[in-house]
Amino acid sequence: MQIRKSSKSLSSKERRNLFLGLLFISPWLIGFLVFSLFPIGSSLYYSFFRYDLIREPVFIGLKHYIEIFYHDPRFKKVMANTIYYVFLGVPLQLVTAYLMSVLLNSKIVGRSFFRAIFFFPSIIPAVVTAMVWQYLLNIQYGLVNSFIQSWGFPVIPFLTSTALSKPTLILVNMWAQGATIVIFLAALQDVPRALYDAATVDGANSLQKFRHVTIPMTTPVIMFNLVMGLVWSFQDFTMPWLLTGGGPAQSSELFAMLLYRHAFEFLHMGKASALAWIMLVFIVAFTLILFKTSKSWVFYGGDEN
Amino acid sequence: MTTKLQSPQNLSAIKVSRFQNLGKWVAGISKYTILIVLAISFVIPFIWMFTSALKDDPQVFVRPPVLIPSPAFWNNFGDAWVLKDFNQYMFNTIFKYCIPVTFGTVFSSAIVAYGFSRIQWRGREVLFFLCVATMMIPDQVVMVPLFLIFQRLGWVNTYLPLIVPAFFGSPYFIFLLRQFFRGIPSELSDAAYIDGASEFDILFKIMFPLAKPALAVVGLFTFMGAWNDYLWPKIYLYKETQFTLALGLEALQGTLTETGLHPNAYPYLMAVSTVITVPILILFFFTQRTFIEGITFTGMKG
Repeated sequence: MQIRKSSKSLSSKERRNLFLGLLFISPWLIGFLVFSLFPIGSSLYYSFFRYDLIREPVFIGLKHYIEIFYHDPRFKKVMANTIYYVFLGVPLQLVTAYLMSVLLNSKIVGRSFFRAIFFFPSIIPAVVTAMVWQYLLNIQYGLVNSFIQSWGFPVIPFLTSTALSKPTLILVNMWAQGATIVIFLAALQDVPRALYDAATVDGANSLQKFRHVTIPMTTPVIMFNLVMGLVWSFQDFTMPWLLTGGGPAQSSELFAMLLYRHAFEFLHMGKASALAWIMLVFIVAFTLILFKTSKSWVFYGGDEN
Repeated sequence: MTTKLQSPQNLSAIKVSRFQNLGKWVAGISKYTILIVLAISFVIPFIWMFTSALKDDPQVFVRPPVLIPSPAFWNNFGDAWVLKDFNQYMFNTIFKYCIPVTFGTVFSSAIVAYGFSRIQWRGREVLFFLCVATMMIPDQVVMVPLFLIFQRLGWVNTYLPLIVPAFFGSPYFIFLLRQFFRGIPSELSDAAYIDGASEFDILFKIMFPLAKPALAVVGLFTFMGAWNDYLWPKIYLYKETQFTLALGLEALQGTLTETGLHPNAYPYLMAVSTVITVPILILFFFTQRTFIEGITFTGMKG
């Protein structure tokens, strides 16, 4: 892109293009101002007020933030749950998705058939996912527990034990991550064959090829999926909300659920706004850190721009 | 196997001992075993959903559970469907939500993407960067203030809060379409300029036809996103007559369990789940290539 020093020396064509360019992007620009920037600003504003939709907002300064960070055991619990869900769940999900796409990328018959099967769960409505898994994992009537029992093991209270509710959510996420598998598979197919041939000539075995060719060549895509996975899972709501509702005993309540409850169940619009801003700051900080450190571990090929 | 004698490993492969051949067999068999076990465990929930929809009360509670019920109760589908007004929910989902949102998103995102790719103007890259950066803003951050705005406008219990923002472009799809438009050679539009075409002519008569595959991806993803959506309808739609299928299914669960477990609760829930899922699977089946390309494109070029 060209950068001119003087702002007054626009030719008539440049002025026309500037007008046209802004005209074409105006839907987004207006949408950005009205549906993103203004709400973000008013979110900050409301976070300093007590507001329940019925009575007039009351200014209370930083009280919500102080309350959240110092006097709210539920927030502490939710934060711990979210960290568990994000930092244990996302890496586990990425590793399984990666291994599955490596399996799909090897010489197999019916690759697109298997790919479609692994992809299905990620495109169905979350309400359905939750409904079906609630039934599958049910202690008394569920298929999974009767299978476990038929092997002589005791039933596993997937959804009714405080210790297992979070791992269960991660397990169901592993089932529904077809998009990640498809992206990894495409990345694996992009690795030049010549590199593997060269490694073979050098006497590398399959494991060494995987370690020194496959993984380094796909780090940009791993990075992309990691960043998106962490950011998305930090704000995840629908599937966990429908599957466990945050229970039992708030053992699987995540950040977004707490925010939703404050806003639309308790009608604490002010406190919900404060939580929203805390979430925004976390996510922005987090993304920046990931991008800053990525240079040290992501391998970009020579043709990257 | 078709590349025999072309790569060096096959030269040495001729000399492999029987033992190594055996190793290859074992590797092959274990590979397929893992794949098939995985595939079965991925498909079982779907089979369970469908066959459970055909059960009656005793078949649900029998231990160990039966996977394929006999006799099958096909009337569960019809019975569950009228327990709540699912015809209305289906109508709402398709005509009040999916179609308007898809139309709005495709149309506005294409126009914006054109402005970000085919016209040279000062500040374009800066604004585009801003556009991409807004993808990182969590829904939850704007959720409360947007609700307050739409509530003041009296839009709660209407589809307007879900539809109107779609007409202002979606950064994700703007990004996708921009990448696509950039790949279209400039000679095409230059020729049209000489013939006196305006930017709008070029967008609608040259870019739209050429960008059909990309527009299809945007349309497909938006349609399915709306079909599957739960959070936004949940926030704005409280009247049962305005429910989407997703909200309807949740409401059905509520009805079936509010006074103890209804004897047919599970079959009914699975029946409606099946009816909601099947259109999505059929749509995927017919658009598989578009789908996979779209996912790959956004994931790889990101």
